[in-house]
Amino acid sequence: MNYFADALAWIVDPAHLHGSNGILARSAEHLWYTLLAVALACLVAIPAGWYVGHTGRGRGFAVGLSGAVRAVPTLGLITLFGILLGIGLTGPMLAFVVLAIPSILAGAYAGVEAIDPAVLDAARASGMTEWQVLRQVEIPLGLPLTVAGVRSAALQVVATATLAAYVGAGGLGRYLFLGLKTQDYAQMLAGSLLVVALALISEAVFSTVQRFTTPAGLRTL
Amino acid sequence: MTNLSRRGVLGLAGLAGLAVLSACSSSDPLATPSASTATSAAMTGATLVVGSQQYYSNEIIAELYAQVLEKAGFTVKRQYQIGQREVYLPELESGKVDVMPEYSGNLLQFYDKKTTAKDPAAIQTALGEKLPSGLRVLTAAAATDQDSYNVTKAFAEEHSLTSLEDLVKLSGKLKVAANSEFATRPYGPLGLKSVYGVDVESVPVEDSGGPLTVKALKDGTVQLADIYTADPAITKEGFVTLADPKNLILPQNVTPLVSAKVDATAAAAIEKVNAQLSMADLLSLNAKSVEQAAKSADVAREWLQMKNLL
Repeated sequence: MNYFADALAWIVDPAHLHGSNGILARSAEHLWYTLLAVALACLVAIPAGWYVGHTGRGRGFAVGLSGAVRAVPTLGLITLFGILLGIGLTGPMLAFVVLAIPSILAGAYAGVEAIDPAVLDAARASGMTEWQVLRQVEIPLGLPLTVAGVRSAALQVVATATLAAYVGAGGLGRYLFLGLKTQDYAQMLAGSLLVVALALISEAVFSTVQRFTTPAGLRTL
Repeated sequence: MTNLSRRGVLGLAGLAGLAVLSACSSSDPLATPSASTATSAAMTGATLVVGSQQYYSNEIIAELYAQVLEKAGFTVKRQYQIGQREVYLPELESGKVDVMPEYSGNLLQFYDKKTTAKDPAAIQTALGEKLPSGLRVLTAAAATDQDSYNVTKAFAEEHSLTSLEDLVKLSGKLKVAANSEFATRPYGPLGLKSVYGVDVESVPVEDSGGPLTVKALKDGTVQLADIYTADPAITKEGFVTLADPKNLILPQNVTPLVSAKVDATAAAAIEKVNAQLSMADLLSLNAKSVEQAAKSADVAREWLQMKNLL
């Protein structure tokens, strides 16, 4: 409990709030890395997932890929990209995008795939083109699962973005590394608590989004 | 049942084997051959335990000591990769480990946090006073393994840099790639400012002077990098290590820390190794281990043979 008290004291200490290594700046960086990585991953994974879900083509490939990529150790990937591309944000950002893709891809295609085939038959029977089926039936009905995929990707990235600090970028990982190396465990735990707080905020935001993206007819309440 | 009885038989066989082995060891087969190389301690069959840190370069040095001790007629038990000072120093104090390759500055700071000793000679003297009873250090080697400021060869030539003092000539704020704790260390940016009047900004890269730090220096993302002096990357990449005439960085000479069981014969054998261990020697030992993935015992033997110590 002592460590917790020290960590909380570290967080509320006004000296740690501002400045380039302050809590505000580091949290903003951390949040920015997370948003950017998830957004980039969405650009790739959501259209791909919808394509797989709609056509059924490349399903085995998508399932295999998203499974395999989950097993890639992110720190190893960051080191590899860092050695290839140099220090800074580019390496870790690529690694975070790779980390985020599997969940989003799986959410997007599972959402489309889980739709009752009778609904799709009805849509086609009423004369909808494939494009209309995708846009007006499959995407709206699959949206809650797609958002769930993005939600779990955001959670993974917010927790892993601490590794950006390993290769000279910022974020809350700075407190973890500095605390670890200087035996300042209050600072280290404070960094962890801030990451936990960001993760909880992300969960809260996405669960609300998930609720609002569920089509009216499917809402339980 | 068959399983159990089979296991029982195996157990019995094992016990019998152990009995035979212990019968052998009590007659000490090593005593006879070592007697021919003849030293007092060796003839009494003295066993010395050589330890090493959890660091490949430290294990190579431990192996150098172990092999010359064996040559001098001692029985050597190897306890390598023991980890941090908090773990192995109590082992030495309690007599479970007898020889440990150490680094002078850090060893002194472990026992005397407020030490003011800054140069190798003063550190050696201070170590003589501060070590717990029963432990002593032998003469340090010229080789060091310590933090150092490095620049690329091109950068050094362009600005004719050889020492940290020369950095004053450069305008603008220089960037140093180093672990994050570097910013808080006395030899970090604040120390550089107060001792040499040079302004630098630290760029945290957390691989302790590893490939990412090397890459940042080669790319020119940073102008300086904190790399350990015994890291073979320095020679491989042709980096220039800036001299530190005002002892900003605490020297870390390779220093054997030994227990009371290490007598004059053993100490002489170890010190013969240290007398030959220059910075270039340690770098080439480490390079062999890293680049050829050679075993510490092989790397050590080859070097000792080359120096006619084996």
